[in-house]
Amino acid sequence: MSWTLALPELVLACSGLVLLLAGVIPKQETFFPITMGAIGALLVTAVLVLGQGEGTALGGHYVADAFSGFMKILALGAAALGLLLSIDFNEKEGLGRFEFPVLVLFASLGAMVMISANDLMALYLGLELLSLPLYVIAAFNRDNARSSEAGLKYFVLGALASGLLLYGTTLVYGFAGTTNFDRLADAFSAAQGVSAGVIVGVVFVIAGLAFKVSAVPFHMWTPDVYEGAPTPVTAYFASAPKVAAIALLTRVLLGPFGDLAAQWQQVILLISFGSMILGSFAAIGQINLKRLMAYSSIGHVGYALMGLAVGSDTGLRGLLFYMAIYVFMNVGAFAVLVAMRRQGRAVEQVEDLAGLARTDLGMALWMAAFMFSMAGIPPLAGFFSKLYVFLAAVQGGFWTLAVVGVLTSVVSAYYYLRVVKVMFFDQPAGALDRAPASLTIVMAGTGLFTLLFGLFPAPLLAAAQAAAAALLG
Amino acid sequence: MIAALAFYLFAAILIASAVMVVTARNPVHSVLFLILAFFNAAALFLIAGAEFLAMTLVIVYVGAVAVLFLFVVMMLDIDFARLREGFQRYAPVGAVIGGILFLELLLVVGSWSFADQAEDLRLAPITGDVTNAQALGRVIYTDYVYLFQTAGLILLVAMIGAIVLTHRQRPGTRRQNIAAQVNRSGSVLLEKVPSGAGIATLGIRRPPEPEAEKPKVTHEAGHGHGGHH
Repeated sequence: MSWTLALPELVLACSGLVLLLAGVIPKQETFFPITMGAIGALLVTAVLVLGQGEGTALGGHYVADAFSGFMKILALGAAALGLLLSIDFNEKEGLGRFEFPVLVLFASLGAMVMISANDLMALYLGLELLSLPLYVIAAFNRDNARSSEAGLKYFVLGALASGLLLYGTTLVYGFAGTTNFDRLADAFSAAQGVSAGVIVGVVFVIAGLAFKVSAVPFHMWTPDVYEGAPTPVTAYFASAPKVAAIALLTRVLLGPFGDLAAQWQQVILLISFGSMILGSFAAIGQINLKRLMAYSSIGHVGYALMGLAVGSDTGLRGLLFYMAIYVFMNVGAFAVLVAMRRQGRAVEQVEDLAGLARTDLGMALWMAAFMFSMAGIPPLAGFFSKLYVFLAAVQGGFWTLAVVGVLTSVVSAYYYLRVVKVMFFDQPAGALDRAPASLTIVMAGTGLFTLLFGLFPAPLLAAAQAAAAALLG
Repeated sequence: MIAALAFYLFAAILIASAVMVVTARNPVHSVLFLILAFFNAAALFLIAGAEFLAMTLVIVYVGAVAVLFLFVVMMLDIDFARLREGFQRYAPVGAVIGGILFLELLLVVGSWSFADQAEDLRLAPITGDVTNAQALGRVIYTDYVYLFQTAGLILLVAMIGAIVLTHRQRPGTRRQNIAAQVNRSGSVLLEKVPSGAGIATLGIRRPPEPEAEKPKVTHEAGHGHGGHH
């Protein structure tokens, strides 16, 4: 058995156990060293993923290819950045407990299991390993009613989504007699019509995964959970789990269910339309930045899924490219949100940013860069990501999709630019506290990426191309 | 024939008790009906030849989960009458949705077809004349070790989560300090006992009792404090 192929997962799992032990034994609180250890473990795992071979292993439940490598690096990077954001915030809010980095680490392991899943059972277990820590860290500020509510709401709805997913899985298994992706592909490729039951099963699987990426119509939980959870947790929610769930959705739909494309394509189209439209219109009235970012993330998922709806080589490349850029600009914007404190108290309304340009020009400039980029204004990174999915939609003949995408991004530009306007042209609402060094580093790093990406898009584009090619074969 | 009769008997009791779980007024009765439902489901598994699943269902669900349910129902002060308040109002909506789902299920099952290769694609079919437990034991740590270990990690995360969300360190709680207990002097005595010597001849040695306590106990007993609560 070639278990060495799964070395990154094994290393991450073992380091999670070691960190848990190391955090429990000392008498004093060990939040900072354990967080640093977790970030180190995530980075080591990312390096191992880079050097990983290709193929299937562990009884055919695990697959490694260029696609899984690309998505895993994204998920691990997002988790490491999320932990970096949490260091200062958690200590100031009294949430500095060592279980936090350990839970994030196990969630990242779940994301990796999902991305590498080659079996419906591995898919489900990865999804649960990702979700369970997320429920806990959403409620991590347990004395805060909103945080507890966020955790409970996420848990109940997540359990429902898992139930849908499992039900769909049983229907598919009942048809094919197997849960392995390669064999499922064989079963579906046979020249015979599949019954309605299998289609229902596939749609249920899509519904369960669409819940995790918070695509319309399974988005209801997103604003409440994003608002209630501690801000660094929200930053993590909006990045790594979405990458993992999008990766899984892509692999499942294009792999085993590839021959049923005519059946699922309309579902994905509908989800994409709904997410883009809701994401742009519902965010207009938001005054809470975290809720605004929640609707924004729904919209971004809509754009990304556009690439999957097209289903072509270029569409898939656009999707991967979109997710990569989205993760970085999203973490950057959340770094600003995490840094928003006035007299030691965390604030999260749009008005709290008023006149930021006069009190802290650096932070205002970075935030402006992220907002312009999310709105898709050239020459920032967000423009290129939208460009490539729209391009794929046009090339694939999905004109309505492309037109709706352009129109909704114009609408969404309103609320992104409103944030910029509030920062630069409104009367100052009092200075914010100085951002700690860790947040400034994250802001500057992701900000430079967003600003300068247009100069060097080739490496990322090539990586996305290779990943897409690996999946479509 | 007998198997079919047994199936319909157990299935009918299962459905009836499932309905009673939802409709029973007393929550304790609900839990008891749930246990009955579990037993019948286990019997159905037995008829299907899945004896391992049947036993697990009884041990895990009846033995642990249902008992936990009973604990929760009895310990928490939940006003079940209030929880049911909207029942009449929402019942039609629920019935419509349930009816649609039921029709869909009929549609799905009615037009069901298996893939041509489903027979060959079957995962880990039981080969030869082995019991369920043996067949499971052959694959669960070999072919399915990845899934097994991942499931283990999920349970670990659940444990960490439960501790993180509920464990509090209150000031002033007393903890057992085993090292100090063992190390205290004068309380433990090792003595060489000659074989054959009874307790009566040796006499029982006890550590010296604190002097002050004895009169106090008799004094309090005189007041008749005991048995008041």
